[in-house]
Amino acid sequence: MIRIDAVTKRYDDGTVAVDRLSLDIPDRAITVLVGPSGCGKTTTLRMINRMVEPTEGGIFLDGADIRRQPVDSLRRSMGYVIQNAGLFQHRTILDNIATVPRLLGWSKQRARGRAAELMERVGLDAALARRYPYQLSGGQQQRVGVARALAADPPVLLMDEPFSAVDPMVRKGLQDELLRIQAELGKTIVFVTHDIDEAVKLGTMVAVLREGGRLAQFAPPVELLSAPADAFVEDFLGADRGIRRLSFFPSAGLPLETAPLVPLDADAERLAAGADAPYLLVTDADGRPLGWAEPGRPLERDRLLDHGRPFRPGTDSLRSALDGAVLSPTGWAVAVDGEGRALGVVSQRVIGDAIRAAHGRAGADAGAVR
Amino acid sequence: MNVLDLVRAFFGDGAHWHGYDGIPARLAEHVTYSLAALLLAAVIGLPVGLVTGHYGRGGNALALIATAGRALPSFGLLVLMVLWTGLGLVPVMIPLVVLAVPPILVTTYEAVRTLDPSPVDAARGMGMSEARVLFRVEVPVALPLILSGLRTAAVQIISTATIAAYVGLGGLGRYIIDGLYQRDYEKVVGGAALVASLALSTLALFWAAFRLTVSRGVRARA
Ligand SMILES: Nc1ncnc2c1ncn2[C@@H]1O[C@H](COP(=O)(O)OP(=O)(O)OP(=O)(O)O)[C@@H](O)[C@H]1O
Ligand SMILES: [Mg+2]
Repeated sequence: MIRIDAVTKRYDDGTVAVDRLSLDIPDRAITVLVGPSGCGKTTTLRMINRMVEPTEGGIFLDGADIRRQPVDSLRRSMGYVIQNAGLFQHRTILDNIATVPRLLGWSKQRARGRAAELMERVGLDAALARRYPYQLSGGQQQRVGVARALAADPPVLLMDEPFSAVDPMVRKGLQDELLRIQAELGKTIVFVTHDIDEAVKLGTMVAVLREGGRLAQFAPPVELLSAPADAFVEDFLGADRGIRRLSFFPSAGLPLETAPLVPLDADAERLAAGADAPYLLVTDADGRPLGWAEPGRPLERDRLLDHGRPFRPGTDSLRSALDGAVLSPTGWAVAVDGEGRALGVVSQRVIGDAIRAAHGRAGADAGAVR
Repeated sequence: MNVLDLVRAFFGDGAHWHGYDGIPARLAEHVTYSLAALLLAAVIGLPVGLVTGHYGRGGNALALIATAGRALPSFGLLVLMVLWTGLGLVPVMIPLVVLAVPPILVTTYEAVRTLDPSPVDAARGMGMSEARVLFRVEVPVALPLILSGLRTAAVQIISTATIAAYVGLGGLGRYIIDGLYQRDYEKVVGGAALVASLALSTLALFWAAFRLTVSRGVRARA
């Protein structure tokens, strides 16, 4: 565990970047530091690998003061990823990734072998190994930055806004990749961002900092969204925190109705069975949804209403289900399995009931924790 | 007679190809002075430029030194040095070195100072020592500019080393000065042509050095 204990950082010009900050950063989890620009996130992160020295207080790694350790060996035990990747222009991708193993005295061959392994792990095509950084896109460079940080298999990973310079689609890909890698490797990650959505998505724990480097709240994301500590945190979370919180509730328990499902080639008897439903969900021969039809009329493929975006009850959250219902012209969301076959439909009203029930449970849980 | 005829006559004369005043001997002298001056200037300019660039400090002082160095007339300095120390190699070397240090020093400083800070930050963050950061991360990327500073200095030294002849030392300047004195324009033009081709060869050498030492990843952006 990394323990930040009553740390204050006052720069030479008198700026107090971090003010008596205490945080217990759990092992093998992602801890996100989030807050507005200038609130001391980078400073806090850089104190962990001693790129910045605290003015007061101390930082402890598994109980030992980090100042006890030689600074170079401390840094080599912590991967460090920065915003613009900071790749070495004059080295190939493979040699960029091999940097820390080489610093640790590995042979060139072994270091490169390890680098090649990591390229695969972070989803980089092996064909890129011999290229130079200028030949890569921003997203690829960022992956190289992550691979380079992981090369010597450090237990700790420090990441300072690693994904903020790439476009939203690429960023989402990188975030998913990080979560996947983390599920495999279980590093202790400290992740800095100013994007609350990123914090909520990635963090096991989220520390919200405010100007002047003071801690506003330190909590798991779902608790942050349901019980912001004060107006500052609430404001920082933004207007739609209620909706975003739904991301943490599974859609698995939603009661699905199957009566409105009808195949395109359904006979009159089958159509009559669904006549009570306000709408029928028409599927193809494989059971994939095609669109909505009004009951009591002959089914015509090109006159169906768009069925919106379906959700998958096993993997998607209540937020996806609600989104599907809101986007659907009928107000009903479509549930599909992994192969895209319709499992059933669910109305906004039923989703609303599920949301209220989930809130009730979360409230009870939060109460039990305290 | 035009210039080309003069050049042809000078290089066609067999008497110009041997002896202490022959082309090989004068060329060797010129190259020796120039190399010595460049080496001295590099020994002063490179380390100071690298260290100040790395720490990003001392820019104002450097700019002052550079301007002063450029403003000093080499010939005036030569005369001053001769008056002060007498004839010899030292009064020749001093103006050459004074001339060559500013381009090396200032370009090296700028080359390192203006580098993208993120790779340097990343390098420190992964536990590289300051020396390693400088030589393994900064210098390879700053190399094209550093070489260009050395190249400027080398060409200036080669053209200015002709002044060595004024204080009785050899070099290609001999042909120019002696030729002027003897009103032997064949010699003057021949000497000038030699200095010019030496300068051009130097440019070619630096081009080759650039191809050999600068990484492809840096070259493509330079
Ligand atoms: N080297 C320094 N000297 C003086 N003040 C500094 C220094 N580095 C940072 N600061 C100040 O300390 C405060 C916190 O800076 P820091 O970089 O930690 O913020 P941040 O939360 O990372 O911001 P951002 O989201 O913009 O990256 C700011 O007011 C900044 O101006
Ligand atoms: Mg920052």
